[in-house]
Amino acid sequence: MSDETVKDTHRISSHAVPPRDRSHLHLEAPEKPHLDSNELIINMGPQHPATHGVLRVILKLDGEKVLGTECVIGYLHRGVEKIGENRTYTMFNPYVDRMDYVAAVSNGLGYCEAVEKLLNVEAPARAKYIRVILTELNRLASHQLWLGTHALDIGAMTPLFYTFRDREEILKIFEKYCGARLTTHAFRIGGCQYETYAGFEKEVKNFLTFVAPKIDEYEELLTTNRIWLERTKNVGVISGADCMALGVTGPVLRASGVKWDVRKAQPYAAYSEFDFEIPTGENGDTYDRYLVRMAEMRQSLRIIEQAVNGIPEGPIMGKVPKVIKPPVGEIYHSIEAPKGELGYFIVSDGSTQPYRLRVRPPSFVNLQALDVMVRGLLVADVIAVIGTLDIVLGEVDR
Amino acid sequence: MLNQFMSYLGSNVTPGSANNQLWALIYVFIIFAGVSLAVVAMNWFERKALAHFQIRLGPMRVGPHGLLQPIADAIKLMLKEDIIPQEADQFVFWIAPVIGLLAAFTVYTVIPFGPSQAVSDMNIGILFMLGVSSLGVLGIVVAGWASNSHYPLIGALRSSAQMVSYEIAMGMSVVSAVLMTSFNKDGTGTLSMIGIVRSQQDQGIWFLFKFFPLGLVAFVTFVIAMIAETNRAPFDMAEAESELTAGYHTEYSGLRWSLFMLSEYAAMIAVSSIAVTLWLGGWLRPFPNLLHAPAWDFIFSLFPGLTFLGLAAIAFIGVARMPAHFSFKIQRIGLAVFAALLGCMALLLLLLAVAGRSADSSIAARFREGIDYVYWFILKVALFMYLFIWLRATWPRYRFDQLMRIGWKVLLPITLGVLVLTAIVGVLAS
Repeated sequence: MSDETVKDTHRISSHAVPPRDRSHLHLEAPEKPHLDSNELIINMGPQHPATHGVLRVILKLDGEKVLGTECVIGYLHRGVEKIGENRTYTMFNPYVDRMDYVAAVSNGLGYCEAVEKLLNVEAPARAKYIRVILTELNRLASHQLWLGTHALDIGAMTPLFYTFRDREEILKIFEKYCGARLTTHAFRIGGCQYETYAGFEKEVKNFLTFVAPKIDEYEELLTTNRIWLERTKNVGVISGADCMALGVTGPVLRASGVKWDVRKAQPYAAYSEFDFEIPTGENGDTYDRYLVRMAEMRQSLRIIEQAVNGIPEGPIMGKVPKVIKPPVGEIYHSIEAPKGELGYFIVSDGSTQPYRLRVRPPSFVNLQALDVMVRGLLVADVIAVIGTLDIVLGEVDR
Repeated sequence: MLNQFMSYLGSNVTPGSANNQLWALIYVFIIFAGVSLAVVAMNWFERKALAHFQIRLGPMRVGPHGLLQPIADAIKLMLKEDIIPQEADQFVFWIAPVIGLLAAFTVYTVIPFGPSQAVSDMNIGILFMLGVSSLGVLGIVVAGWASNSHYPLIGALRSSAQMVSYEIAMGMSVVSAVLMTSFNKDGTGTLSMIGIVRSQQDQGIWFLFKFFPLGLVAFVTFVIAMIAETNRAPFDMAEAESELTAGYHTEYSGLRWSLFMLSEYAAMIAVSSIAVTLWLGGWLRPFPNLLHAPAWDFIFSLFPGLTFLGLAAIAFIGVARMPAHFSFKIQRIGLAVFAALLGCMALLLLLLAVAGRSADSSIAARFREGIDYVYWFILKVALFMYLFIWLRATWPRYRFDQLMRIGWKVLLPITLGVLVLTAIVGVLAS
């Protein structure tokens, strides 16, 4: 593939964006006014306590019933993809942490592996194990944050503090490993920069024994709680077929009964060496998504335990040239981030910077399902569904 | 005037019934100040208790253990800019919190803190209470409407629908309690709040345990309805923070907002007082008929003093556990002074219990009696306040339609059934 063709295929068209199609909202006066009631259009966000950041949802309501929604995004747009085109491969690495900032390690893993694939190098086994341990810890942290905020949205205040207490322990491990708690920049292209600190394995094992009963504690507050059941069962139902049509991935897809997990389907890092299950749901409602994520937390613990026990000795950095100049070509690599399939599509023109870098963010794609899921439900359910989709606006807007 | 003042001290009727305007006025002031203080205390206690449920410390900085936090909050709220949205209906916006506050405080005129420790003993006391407390919804509707904004409007509509529906279940369970008052020798019941407590004393049983489990079911339905009526978790749809930002008072700020808070907490205390009066024997101490020897009277009269002694002990432990660092010096001294005050209060009450031991009608004995009544009443109400906080910390929030379903399809049939069964059982038993 020559440089010219690459540039032509992937040039972003710069013609004017057509006006947004809002016909599905029926914002004009209803054709058949019944009694003299009319629809209410309210604006939820971008400053709203339950939209998890700066999501703006325009709701069309009949009383409290939702007739239609429209998500307005972009309030947190930083042009991450464009920045990627203006940085070298190494320099761009920390930027990806700022997309899904509650699962920064997963973002970094996806990016590093994509570039490695492009360079055709492989990280050493030990690095892969460290990557798995940290990524799974991060998945746990992300799910804990999700659980706390989701429960808070539905009115249960207390789980938030429990989950944050336990998430703190994970962040402490991150901090000890690489100095940062949230935007960790834990991995490098070709492996890991840092060797594990002394006592890392022990600390992780201690954490595993510490957190297992805590997950039961969260479940005790919610799983069989009548109010929780009523608020989540049959709320925001989406079928597996709809999920696939919309490109929804992650726990949302699995709760609808589709057994798709990138860790199993296209194993990356060291995942093929571990024994774990993919929890799935049946009904595709908010409660199933809750159960799936709770089960995933436990599966993560299983993976971490196996990884810590089987961590091999050896180098942590692969043979990567000082100046990263991948050959001309393109690559798509995806991993299973806590929120779904996180993909990186990188087009290289043979220079030190990507020619085009595209991120497939799970939050952004999953957010599309909001409208399908909330039609006909009540305002309170919109909040529950936004919570259950587990979106991070940093990733949606990029 | 002094004569009138002193002569009433010996009477055993409420100032309202004795037509003693002066004492009635004094009672009104005491209750107003007391309830306001209780709201402040409740504010602090809720934040602390909720924090401890949630593995936090809660307010710790303003005063020792955040004891001065409510005062700091009050000052902050008073100093805040008073915003009235341009598009709002100015007058209605202004009057809405006042309506809520008036409704919440007027209820206290019929609440008996003791047989004569009430502003008035109305013969339709419970009806008056139900009527006035449901006026509170007017303040909320009007606030939501006057704000001229979507979120407050939805909050207000939810709230009014909720309060109106739960009023019915609440009323029905109240009726079954009122019905229980009539199962005595002469077969006449009473609607007077004082009369209801008296009849529990005469029948020798709290209505909570009467016709077990009928009284209990009526009580539980009343408690559920009263939580919904006061818009508290898990029925706090009207101000569902995560859904409607702040519900009907989204547009309110500063002092006006604090009036809403004041009336919400005052209403909570009011409905808890009603529950206590109807089912938990109001001012009666435990087992007033069974353990009625003077010795028992004396033992029970020690309780107020002992409670304060316990509080003082907790405060002193707090002093001892405070870090010895010099920056905590003022806080430590402050808490020690507070503990000492509580200790003095305890000593005073214990002295009074000893001095007023004889069953004669000396001033000390009367005073001791009055304090006992108020103490038991407040203790029972405080348990309800704790229940409110406990529920808020534990449960998620119901959805609006589920709330209505519970009100109409669950609580109403249950209360109706209990009412009918109470009547049948009562007739068969007597």
